[in-house]
Amino acid sequence: MAAMQPNRLQQGGRIDRTRPLTFSFDGEVCEGFAGDTLASALIAGDLSLVGRSFKLRRPRGIVGSGAEEPNAIMQVGAGAAAQPNLLATQVELHEGLVAHTTKGWPGVRFDAGAINDIFGRMLSAGFYYKTFMYPRSLWKLYERLIRASAGFGRSPAAPDPDTYEHMNAHCDVLVAGGGPAGLMAALAAARSGARVILADEQNEFGGSLLACTESIDGKPAAEWAAGVVAELRNHPDCTLLPRSTVFGYHDHNFLTIAERCTVDAGSSGDGVASMRPPGEGVRERLWRVRARQVVLAQGSFERPLVYCNNDRPGVMLASAVSTYIHRYAVLPGRRAVVFTNNDSAYRAAIDLADAGAEVTAIVDSRPGGAGELGARAQALQIPVLAGHVVCDVAGRRRVRGAGIARWDGDCWDTVRSTIRIDCDLVAMSGGWNPAVHLHSQAGGRLAWDNSQLCFVPSQARQAHLSAGACNGRRSLGECLADGLRAGREAVSKLGMEPTAVEAPAAATVPENPIEALWRVPAAKDADRCPKQFIDFQNDTSVADIRLAVREGYRNVEHVKRYTALGFGTDQGKLGNINGLAVLADILGKAIPEVGTTTFRPAYTPVSFGVGAGESVGPLYDPVRKTALHEWHEAAGAPMEVVGQWHRPWYFPRDGEALHAAVARECLAVRNSVGAMDASTLGKIDARGSDVVEFLERIYTHDVGRMKIGRCVYGIMLGEDGMLMDDGVMARLGEQHFYLTTTTGGAAHVLGWLEKWLQTEWPELEVYLTSLTEHYSTIAVAGPNSRRVLESLGCDIPLDKESFPFMAVRPAVLADMRVTLFRVSFSGELAFEINIDSNFALAMWERVMEAGKAFDIAPYGTETMHVLRAEKGFIIVGQETDGSVTPVDLGMNWLLSKEKDFLGKRSLRRPDCLREDRKQLIGLLSSDDRTVLPEGTQLVEETGKPTPVPMCGHVTSSYRSACLGHPIALALVAGGRNRKGETIQAVLPDREPLPVQIVAPTFYDPRGRRQHV
Amino acid sequence: MLLIECPWCGPRAETEFSYGGEAGIVRPPDPDALSDGEWADYLFFRANPRGAHRELWNHAQGCRRWFGLERDTVTYRIERSYVLSPAGTGTPNVADNSVDAGAGSGSASGAGNGG
Ligand SMILES: [Zn+2]
Repeated sequence: MAAMQPNRLQQGGRIDRTRPLTFSFDGEVCEGFAGDTLASALIAGDLSLVGRSFKLRRPRGIVGSGAEEPNAIMQVGAGAAAQPNLLATQVELHEGLVAHTTKGWPGVRFDAGAINDIFGRMLSAGFYYKTFMYPRSLWKLYERLIRASAGFGRSPAAPDPDTYEHMNAHCDVLVAGGGPAGLMAALAAARSGARVILADEQNEFGGSLLACTESIDGKPAAEWAAGVVAELRNHPDCTLLPRSTVFGYHDHNFLTIAERCTVDAGSSGDGVASMRPPGEGVRERLWRVRARQVVLAQGSFERPLVYCNNDRPGVMLASAVSTYIHRYAVLPGRRAVVFTNNDSAYRAAIDLADAGAEVTAIVDSRPGGAGELGARAQALQIPVLAGHVVCDVAGRRRVRGAGIARWDGDCWDTVRSTIRIDCDLVAMSGGWNPAVHLHSQAGGRLAWDNSQLCFVPSQARQAHLSAGACNGRRSLGECLADGLRAGREAVSKLGMEPTAVEAPAAATVPENPIEALWRVPAAKDADRCPKQFIDFQNDTSVADIRLAVREGYRNVEHVKRYTALGFGTDQGKLGNINGLAVLADILGKAIPEVGTTTFRPAYTPVSFGVGAGESVGPLYDPVRKTALHEWHEAAGAPMEVVGQWHRPWYFPRDGEALHAAVARECLAVRNSVGAMDASTLGKIDARGSDVVEFLERIYTHDVGRMKIGRCVYGIMLGEDGMLMDDGVMARLGEQHFYLTTTTGGAAHVLGWLEKWLQTEWPELEVYLTSLTEHYSTIAVAGPNSRRVLESLGCDIPLDKESFPFMAVRPAVLADMRVTLFRVSFSGELAFEINIDSNFALAMWERVMEAGKAFDIAPYGTETMHVLRAEKGFIIVGQETDGSVTPVDLGMNWLLSKEKDFLGKRSLRRPDCLREDRKQLIGLLSSDDRTVLPEGTQLVEETGKPTPVPMCGHVTSSYRSACLGHPIALALVAGGRNRKGETIQAVLPDREPLPVQIVAPTFYDPRGRRQHV
Repeated sequence: MLLIECPWCGPRAETEFSYGGEAGIVRPPDPDALSDGEWADYLFFRANPRGAHRELWNHAQGCRRWFGLERDTVTYRIERSYVLSPAGTGTPNVADNSVDAGAGSGSASGAGNGG
């Protein structure tokens, strides 16, 4: 073991040494223990070189121990279940884990891209915009190269085999973060009887308490935390969510939490990860929580310091060093320099010394050094260089030494390092940034705290409180007390009585104040010295920000975009404040004047799987099936999805392909008889004493003139005059109408009618009822359709005189009660049988049986489309797109001159009166065989220089079996007066095709066939 | 995601509702008498205020009733939801069947308005 884990400490830590785990890292077999993260196991194995930087390809090591880690981005798992872009610091180790570095093809040890480092000066801020703009023709090549060399993880190619789910939850108090403040807040709220959800991103609750040496109420801090968790677990109304990141704070206290369910339920929260069997159970769960109050207690992030080569592997955050030692029992270095401008890093020095490492110096920029922790360090005989700074780091793949100089307080000075110390670890601390992300997402304001040099939450905008380190509290005692306060306050705001809870006792260590140190001077000025990184993940350096300012950028949001500062997974966790401070300094402004950037969800990366939840495959969208669906499936009909409806597309006979089947179905309808399931049409029953007046205002035709028992084709417009929907209106009684809508428009039309009735004309007495599902519609069309119905036995005469075109009658057909419509969407003699959906299948089967004598063909949506296009009948949404008026479609005959209706006034707007509006026309291909692709653009002439003005586009296009040539409908500028003219259809991968403008009715233009 | 108080059904998630634009836009009684500019005002121009805004919502996935909402367009705070007046146009009911939708008042619902 010792050989494979040279940096593992012999004792301590929260790892289980009885459970060794084997994992693979870039193909090498490695070892760790249960309780490790991938990062701690890599450090234990001395594998701290984890990637190449994004832009400059510099070798990079692990810097942090949590969500702030910029470099250790891993591809975890293999095959379809692989997850790209996970932070090694957040991946729990398990047996058989497979991890790959994602940055730096072909590997971290040799990297052709490393050449960029040498030419690093060329790849400065905005390099994408500048370098690769010209010549333009090469941009595609550049883009491919950039993407190949820059990429993070690779998306798996196969579908994700795992299951994800969404969960809705409500609570009185949601506590985000289970460190000292979060635990106290949850405890105070739970004891007061509130319904509490406590979520923490780690596998164990406790946060910083799991890696500190302090005591609470006389107990080791981690032991105290375990006690609190045990009590919370016993509260019936407290939900504990470990491994759960609160990543989004949305409007009205709606929060989203991503829970990783990679363990057996039994061990959840007990700190011991065990692998969920692949493909079983739920991998991740999205909690959608509506919380009445929220306590934000996500802690704080330590800031790096900004000096030359501060990105070399072996440079780490001081707090991360402590965490690796105490929580994971790994020692990240043997010979360390600690560099700080505040007291907290002294803990790392003490922890290193206690763990057996040599701390060669604490380099403290403050002339006075630290408070009580300074005395403790001195007691351990750790040398302190007060009033000094680390200005450079030596070593490429691993820190070899630090150059140290005196510091006189001028960030932009040039200094030579006078002291050189050999070391393999630099632990740094530039102060602390409260994790204000969720507070900011919620719309809360931030205030600059000039004593702690950080932004702290100020005014909240929703029902949230911040507590502990994310509220700017520093010592353990303060954090505990602040959590307690927030928990009680949240409960009080809910009108509940907070139960008395005593603040636990914890020592508060007196500290000396932090000193501003935003950029360490170097031997050369900031533009020529070795890179001083601000954002490691995006390779943003001090020089890049200076360049951005020189090139005219002032606003922090612009500088951020130009330099990529805070992009990627960082999202302002590590580099934000340092970048802001450097920018402010260059601009000669105070930091709060420059402002901060806006934090947006997600706080940490969230998988696509957890976002999709159950809504994949057959559960992606609800499926609506007609009463005849099973019959269609049994007949082998492929389905076309229309809205949420699944409609039969065509009914192949003997293995026919689409075109053969459609040609046969079309000819059957034209020459004998066919039947279609038209049940998906929207159906609305409208009645009431004012129903005529209401429909007059909605529809464009004269409704009052309709006789009982008659139907009309009706259209409705938006107030802008554009065609919105169409259908059949039948008058069933004096005050009783039946309306059909398009399949896709049914819900919208009902909502539209209700809106006018409820908001504008509530004085009208009208009742609307959707009957779409209650009734099914069977269209029987073709010259033999009447014979089919007659042979079924009908109690009313169906002859031309008794039951003329556009008549509607209640009837008994085949011993079933129906409403019969003599309407036609094919141009043939046709009937629509409207019947209670419970009887629809029986009726359909009777129709098919009776139709056998006429070789009846069931037909689908494709044949319906061809038949209606042959007649020039439009489809809303195909011939129209929200910019087409009824006049454009040649429907003037439908527009009443006698009355007002919605949209009528708009038809007189100047734009609607233009002569060159696109109008509906027919098109014939000059070669008599090319079926124009729908959407084809039409131009006047070819050979003109680009861009050629378009004069229209093809809206519908089919081959017509009964005409023997292709037909198309199109919208063409001024087209109605251009019949006979030839224009050009622009086709992909071939010469433009001349097409002739004709009337949009190709078949039976006088409409005789439907009147027989 | 907004939490919207339907005057008939109580507080529900925004996904159950559809938005109907600014309330109080009155359809001109005689559109033909309007100039193009006046008609365009009615058709296209909305106040789009920064702050308090009265708007129409439809509980499309619930009771299907249209109702009024007073919402702050900056903070998204909902001051109240209200039953539309019988006079129409999205104005509040004179009888004031409004529901105070202030933060935390999760239990108030428009009992007695069951239209
Ligand atoms: Zn409702």
